[in-house]
Amino acid sequence: MSFKNWPVWILVLWTVGVILASFVDFNTNQIHLDLILAKPCFQYILGLDDLGRDILPRLISGAKVSFLVIFLVTAVTASVGIILGLISGYYGGWVDRTLMQITDVFLAFPGILLAIAFAAVLGAGLTNLILALCITSWVGYARLTRGQVLSLRQRQHVIAAQSIGASTTRILLKHILPLIAAPLLVEATYSMASLVIAEASLSFLGLGIQAPNASWGGMLRDGVRYMLIAPHYVLAVGLSLMSLVLAVNVLGDQLRDQLDVRG
Amino acid sequence: MIKRFLGIIPVVFGVVSLTFLLIHAVPGDPVEVMLGESASNADRMELRAGLGLDKPIYAQFGIYLSKLVQGDFGISIHSRKPIVDMLLERLPATFKLAAFALLFAIFIGLPLGIIAAINAKKWPDTIANLLSLTISAMPHFWMGPMLMMVFALWLGILPVSGMENATSIILPALTLGFGLAAILTRMTRASMLEVLHEDYIRTAYAKGLPQRTVILRHALRAALLPVITVLGLQLGSLLAGAVITETVFSWNGIGRLLVESIEKRDYLVTQACVLVVALVYVIVNFVTDVIYTQIDPRVRFLK
Repeated sequence: MSFKNWPVWILVLWTVGVILASFVDFNTNQIHLDLILAKPCFQYILGLDDLGRDILPRLISGAKVSFLVIFLVTAVTASVGIILGLISGYYGGWVDRTLMQITDVFLAFPGILLAIAFAAVLGAGLTNLILALCITSWVGYARLTRGQVLSLRQRQHVIAAQSIGASTTRILLKHILPLIAAPLLVEATYSMASLVIAEASLSFLGLGIQAPNASWGGMLRDGVRYMLIAPHYVLAVGLSLMSLVLAVNVLGDQLRDQLDVRG
Repeated sequence: MIKRFLGIIPVVFGVVSLTFLLIHAVPGDPVEVMLGESASNADRMELRAGLGLDKPIYAQFGIYLSKLVQGDFGISIHSRKPIVDMLLERLPATFKLAAFALLFAIFIGLPLGIIAAINAKKWPDTIANLLSLTISAMPHFWMGPMLMMVFALWLGILPVSGMENATSIILPALTLGFGLAAILTRMTRASMLEVLHEDYIRTAYAKGLPQRTVILRHALRAALLPVITVLGLQLGSLLAGAVITETVFSWNGIGRLLVESIEKRDYLVTQACVLVVALVYVIVNFVTDVIYTQIDPRVRFLK
């Protein structure tokens, strides 16, 4: 256990919290009317929010939502993006041109703009939030995979496999995919960090998780409203969010350096 | 350049198609969702006819396209004003905010990146790296309130929000610009480090030029090229970030219009805002591309 591993330890901490929250009921919606916006104390380590609810369990419950969204969206978008990228890069021709044209269109919407738009028209809620993020975040994986496949397609071991009659699926999965796993892993890490922010942004705008369920974005919005009289609220949520994003980003940097992936 | 310009046409067509489909992603009947239960039958008929919802989808797309080409984005359900007027009213504020944020990012990011590169692996580099990492982990909706808390509420030297004073723009511009400054610092550092290893830099030092001249005149010019490309791409993140920043600071730009329209379920306005921001982004990237080929002699002579 060295200092260099701090991102892992932060992630472990949050993960333990999330696992705990999945098994133990923290009474996240229990209201203490006499303690509205009370400052942190021994019993309530992070203080209470504008409805007199304990902030710490709500934070952990919000982390649970974030984790759920991140893992679902990453699983879906990485699979879809990688498959499309493999096909596009390997077959080339009109398939490639069409797919790349489509990714160009998606990339023409900066940042989370398209996710905001889809979340808005689909309506609020967890499912639609996940759907909106899925629609917009597969592009990075597809582009990266396609580029890598293009440079690997003419490698001798691939040509050798083709010449002895290996099926395309086998070549893609056994001879190409393992070689591009490292850059994909790094991409996935960075993408998870931006998903944390994207989920919180949408909830901040009121498009994601709805009250009374806890989400970091929603808590931040409430915290900002009362930041003059109860700065502990907005600080607790903001610093939590920062710790997670920072940890994932630094982990991405470390992975990139260790796996020798060129940024 | 003309070839490049032709290249963005399919992208623009795709962007228009995707924003057109946005209305059709509304679950159920978009007219009912937008107007709510209290609307009169006449209003419903009017909106339905305006959108062409009684016609097949390709005909609707045709109507949408032909109106767009004439600069007609439809009428806002809420304010009853033509949407194009609302957009034109709000766009300058967003451009102003983005320009200030960009300037700020350049003034912070470039020098910091250069200093970090010259002192690579020493303490100024470490500090610059820590700063840019921390700032990258601060989303706008957290950075904004923090700046507001310190400069407007505690120190009381800047306005909290709104756009009445000349100084009102400082906090939102800082909020929006910090993230870009962090990226710019890292880009400039990486790019400078690569250039500093070149032979001509060693030559410049060998002939006795002062470090200032070598860095600013010889190294920086070459190092800036990749930075400009990234800057063009990152301008998009400024536009997307403006949505949140404008909402936090009550800055009346197109981003706030977008959020307001979502809250009022005025989806035609939402659609128009998304389309306009995406088109601006496409144009900015095209212009960056052109500038890049103009200033990089290597690319220019390759043609």
